[in-house]
Amino acid sequence: MNKFEEELKKGNFITSECHKCDKIVWPPSDYCDNCFGNVNWRKISGDGEIIEWSKKGSDVFCIAEFEKTIRIMGKLNTKNTDAKIGQHIQLSECSFNQGCRFIFT
Amino acid sequence: MKKVAVVGYGNTKFSTDDIPIESLLLESTKEVFNTTNNLSQDLIDGVIVSTNDNSKYLGAILSELSGIKPKISHTVEHLCSSGTAAAVSAFSYIASGLADIILVAGADKSDNPGQVLDWDRSRGEFTRPIYWASMFTKAHKRKFNTTEEELAVVSAKNHKQALDNPHAYSHKAYTIPEIMNSKSITDDLRMLDCSYSCSGSSSILLASEDMAKKFTDSPIWISGIGQKTNSASFTKNDLTGLDTTKSAADIAYNMAKITANEIDVAEIHDAFSICELMAVEDLGLTKKTTGAEFVRNLFNTENRQINPRGGLIGAGHPLGATGISQIIEITQQLQNKAEKRQISNASKGLVHNMSAAATSSTVLILES
Repeated sequence: MNKFEEELKKGNFITSECHKCDKIVWPPSDYCDNCFGNVNWRKISGDGEIIEWSKKGSDVFCIAEFEKTIRIMGKLNTKNTDAKIGQHIQLSECSFNQGCRFIFT
Repeated sequence: MKKVAVVGYGNTKFSTDDIPIESLLLESTKEVFNTTNNLSQDLIDGVIVSTNDNSKYLGAILSELSGIKPKISHTVEHLCSSGTAAAVSAFSYIASGLADIILVAGADKSDNPGQVLDWDRSRGEFTRPIYWASMFTKAHKRKFNTTEEELAVVSAKNHKQALDNPHAYSHKAYTIPEIMNSKSITDDLRMLDCSYSCSGSSSILLASEDMAKKFTDSPIWISGIGQKTNSASFTKNDLTGLDTTKSAADIAYNMAKITANEIDVAEIHDAFSICELMAVEDLGLTKKTTGAEFVRNLFNTENRQINPRGGLIGAGHPLGATGISQIIEITQQLQNKAEKRQISNASKGLVHNMSAAATSSTVLILES
């Protein structure tokens, strides 16, 4: 298990970033994809927005973007039957058990 | 750089049968030997296997089972476009002079592990291809007002065209209402919008210009190759355009010194209906925003220019075999040997094969 997965298992959504290049390194990696220097790890802001969405049965799933860079797919817990592009969401739950799981509200 | 031609081929039937990977590879290889004049094992310099199967050392295994002792032997894996990636490797060996004759054999089983990319954590729990296809479809509907009926036309056309492909998984035609009313997978995807992962194998024999005429009077030349990889993570993609396909097509047209409007026949990677509508535009076969109209016109006029063998939706999708099966179809079309599927007077053809939601694409140009 890598650092990202270890933290996700504890419920922490983290990213790698490179201070030298002043950039988020995403998807998470041990080295910067620009300078190959060591990365730092930090928590990602849970404030995101919906880029695209669809539904399977009554479940809304979507691509959400965080910090204008990090995009992940997750399930949207909503009382509404649909969602909107650009809708603000919060990452409310994340976990790792063989695979990743992200829940938004 | 030496010229390289397709000079022989063999396909198995695409099915959902549980057949060992070695048996699949051997069956299409046997077909190459059965149908190619003057071919003997000692002439083959290389055996390249294309597959997503977890078995190891398949290049050597297939060589032994076929009585070949090649100089070059290995496996190529690149998810859904493994087949064309393997063909490009073989091309490069021959073009560089390292080899003269190479067998490229592709195969996968219907339960192959290439359908899910575990590494891509950005997909969360939505790992299967139906989820990225739903995102593509929803985004396309929103941006271009694409309708469910326009998507259904792709599936109706490709299922209909597969009726004349003896190796296709599907041999059933569907009406547009039947497709629109087929089982809902997600809000944006119906069962009949999806290609089906199959067991199957396809093999081709590539040869240098010096050797090609030994095997056939009508070698089909690979005149253009374009490949592009932008990422492995799906979520980095633009959702309404196939950027890697555009780049790969530009490179391939440039190498072949032709333009898109010279293409007579094309095999397009229609993993889902939406992919064909996007690809015909991004390959330049029709103008941006006219994909749906272009495909509907082909369907209404029974013009088989796009996906004459039925595409992935009609023929089935044995991942490692798909790109090679596409090459075989274009070869047969340009040799005027495609029987009921034949496009008249075809001299230039295109193969479009892509992986993991178009995070990478390969485009090949073939000419008679």
